[in-house]
Amino acid sequence: MATLELELAEEIVASPARRTRRLGMLFWAAIGWTVFVVAVAILAPVLPLPSPTDMDMLERRAPISALHWLGTDALGRDELARVAYGARISLTVGLFAPVIGLTIGGALGMLAGYFRGRFESFVVGSMDVLLAFPPLILALAVTAYLGQSVLNLTCILGVLGIPAFMRVARASTLTLARREFVIAAEALGATHARILIRELLPNVALPLLAFFLLGVAVTIVVEGALSFLGLGVPPPISSWGSMIGEGRESLEVAPMLAFVPAIAMFLTVLSFNLVGDTLRALTDPRQGAL
Amino acid sequence: MSGPALLSIEDVVVELPTPRGNLRAVDHVDLSMAAGQALGIVGESGCGKTMLSRAILQLLPKKARLSGRVMFDGQDLVRLNPEALRKLRARGIAVVFQDPMTSLNPVLTIGTQLIETLQEHLGLDAAAARRRSAELLAAVGIPAPGQRLDQYPHQLSGGMRQRVAIAIALCCEPKLLIADEPTTALDVTIQAQILDLLAREQRRRHMAMILITHDLGVVAGRTDEVAVMYAGRVVERAPTRNLFKHMQMPYTAALLAAIPKLDAAPHTPLAAIPGRPPDPTRPLKGCSFAPRCRHVGEQCLREKPALTPADNQGHCYACFHPLEIAAGVST
Amino acid sequence: MMHGNPTMAVRTPLLKVDNLVVEYPLGTRTIHAVSDVSLAIARGETLGLVGESGCGKSTLGRAVLQLRRATSGRVQFDGEELTALQGDALRRIRHRMQLIFQDPIASLNPRRRIGDIIAEPLVIAGVRDANKRQELVWEVLSAVGLDPALVVGRLPHEFSGGQCQRICIARALVLNPEFIICDEPVSALDVSIRAQILNLLEEMKQRFGLTLLFIAHDLAVVKAVSDRVAVMYLGRLCEVGPSAQLFEKPAHPYTALLIEAIPVPDPDVRPAEGVAVGEPPSPMAPPSGCRFRTRCPRADARCAAEVPELRPVAAGQYVACHYPLIAG
Repeated sequence: MATLELELAEEIVASPARRTRRLGMLFWAAIGWTVFVVAVAILAPVLPLPSPTDMDMLERRAPISALHWLGTDALGRDELARVAYGARISLTVGLFAPVIGLTIGGALGMLAGYFRGRFESFVVGSMDVLLAFPPLILALAVTAYLGQSVLNLTCILGVLGIPAFMRVARASTLTLARREFVIAAEALGATHARILIRELLPNVALPLLAFFLLGVAVTIVVEGALSFLGLGVPPPISSWGSMIGEGRESLEVAPMLAFVPAIAMFLTVLSFNLVGDTLRALTDPRQGAL
Repeated sequence: MSGPALLSIEDVVVELPTPRGNLRAVDHVDLSMAAGQALGIVGESGCGKTMLSRAILQLLPKKARLSGRVMFDGQDLVRLNPEALRKLRARGIAVVFQDPMTSLNPVLTIGTQLIETLQEHLGLDAAAARRRSAELLAAVGIPAPGQRLDQYPHQLSGGMRQRVAIAIALCCEPKLLIADEPTTALDVTIQAQILDLLAREQRRRHMAMILITHDLGVVAGRTDEVAVMYAGRVVERAPTRNLFKHMQMPYTAALLAAIPKLDAAPHTPLAAIPGRPPDPTRPLKGCSFAPRCRHVGEQCLREKPALTPADNQGHCYACFHPLEIAAGVST
Repeated sequence: MMHGNPTMAVRTPLLKVDNLVVEYPLGTRTIHAVSDVSLAIARGETLGLVGESGCGKSTLGRAVLQLRRATSGRVQFDGEELTALQGDALRRIRHRMQLIFQDPIASLNPRRRIGDIIAEPLVIAGVRDANKRQELVWEVLSAVGLDPALVVGRLPHEFSGGQCQRICIARALVLNPEFIICDEPVSALDVSIRAQILNLLEEMKQRFGLTLLFIAHDLAVVKAVSDRVAVMYLGRLCEVGPSAQLFEKPAHPYTALLIEAIPVPDPDVRPAEGVAVGEPPSPMAPPSGCRFRTRCPRADARCAAEVPELRPVAAGQYVACHYPLIAG
């Protein structure tokens, strides 16, 4: 018996699987941009920026200058400040709406995948019904009825995201729920709640998180599209999407007004996609397959 | 060894880059076999036997690096162009894998898979191919072969599927059949049937066969020669009877002793081999089996033993302290 | 002859299974996984349960532990009727019976540390003191031959199959159970590691005074660890008897077939050719009467009409066959 313990010492010291997967430059650049944008969004009120709502009628559609680092828009408002404050809206909706999907959809998916049977059929059926609604029409209907606001927009986009998260969680749970370690927990006398939280959740959480980041990217674009159409956040609050919409009118004179928010949105969505994809690749549990 | 070698593996090394370092799966292996001979390759998981068979078939993963020569029927397979290699498959070398569920295409019927191969490699027309397929299925012991041709793999049991895989492998009369753990996934009574089938077909067609397995019992009665592999190297090789009766390499003896015997009394403690096979990404300087060997000496830790002949009958082993025992299989 | 439990050992059994039937639907058909199986295991005994895939031995193991509800029949553990227990009462008695699985790596949660995994049964059983838990975890890890300091903080994927199986054994032992079902515990391991784990199981059995139900398809492995062996085929018991006796003089043709089919590592022993014929029928449509009759050279009309019951043929050996190899 002593031999075994000794032998174990050598090999354990040798074997911790060094995950030497090089996270490329692109990944770190994506992380960098994301952190930057989130910081700007949070700190916008305390940054030394001009107010985004101050209209300087003498300086409409002004080019880049020392006073206005990115110029001004059609109403003389400072573009840089507007981009910064626009980030707040886009990121708020972009982050909180998927959170709704993650919590509700994730929970429903796990429960459906674990308990199976009629409950599962009911959940999957309801999600199919929800998916059958044309999302844009639903958003329009709700905003027409309840009014346009950041809160309403977040809630709608959140609810529309629930079926996707449900699917991811359910698929993950289905593969895991019949694995021996879950049966082992059952054989130990664990309650269903304990199995769900301590055995299944840590394994389902990572794929869900990766999917969440991709969901953030999609939501930012969708919110942008809705605001571009004038159906998203109401003025004077502006997000990147509405800025692009307003910039449309000035495309020949001052194309920057549309491009600057578009580039900001593009970079942010790309960064979230990259981080989400890398996370998903990393959490793939194909260990040491030769 | 009777006659010129059909297959000759010369100083083959297979290396794979992995996140944990360079993995040497096959470490300077030399083997040869004549036509019509049955060779058994025995070893545990990770010893390199599967990689060796892939090297022969030229089916290594893309990232693998192969050095050495694999001479088959006078041609060096390593340097052969892809078109010639493709023609050689099926007619020259055929394979039967471990898991017939994954080696058969689940969305094609049995008939389609057989007929395709026959048409491709033998140039038969559809009707002739179908007749021949039914004959082949009957030859491997599948009842109602005509009906089976239109069935899908999932409709057959594991044993049946493996028979189909064997039929596909044999359909073009290969000179060499490589069976990589063909019965590991099957029940013991089905295993006996499949091994019988392979032995019978091998004798009947005067075909060379390589039987790869981890079970010494499987090779005992069904092969002419056995090679034992450990950590990427061949550590002992001999005509079958000589191997069992005059084992030289302590690993082979330990492997045999660790198998529970049916004629031992219950609760007899088993002669376990302590420790584990070495990590292939961290090769040891001396003999790979040294950390687990009861007879280990100074030299074993410093140098790797080369294959040395024990007698003039083709028995060789790689060890500095060979055993001079006759392995009594009933102890 | 009374239809009591003919396999009951003389001593009071720890586990008693009576007429257990497990059937479950698959689409429109039914799978008859276990059909009317009765057996008893005495305290301190190891009963080996052997059979090929599809014979229902794993299902039987799970049904005994109530991880899969039986269709009918009774399972008594130390006098308590398990099939009647639900919820908390069942959970409490679970601490006295444990299960070790075939795939050791899949039996461990890949995202939890070994220390947590082994402490889990203690947490569920209500051991609140974290220090006490740690003490017990370390104790049981040493008992299975692993160095606790090097093991508790790591994740399962850092260990080999054999080491994972030791960890699973440790988890099964930490609550000091009385009864352990080992479901093919060494089938997924290499030959040289199997011997280590089998020796370990024997040692743990002696040290902790365990009763084991050892399920496997490899006869030699079963014989090495069992006191008595039960042979199962397609949901029914064929033969039960003391290990040495059963293998030396099998009474049931299926047992004889299994013994003959094993490849012997001796080149002088010619493998018996043509000994095994046919394939096991599907559990969805088992043959009438004796289920082995489609592959049995001794079968006749009676075998198709009448289901053979377990009858004694020798001291402690029972066989379910109309024409056993040993006259009873």
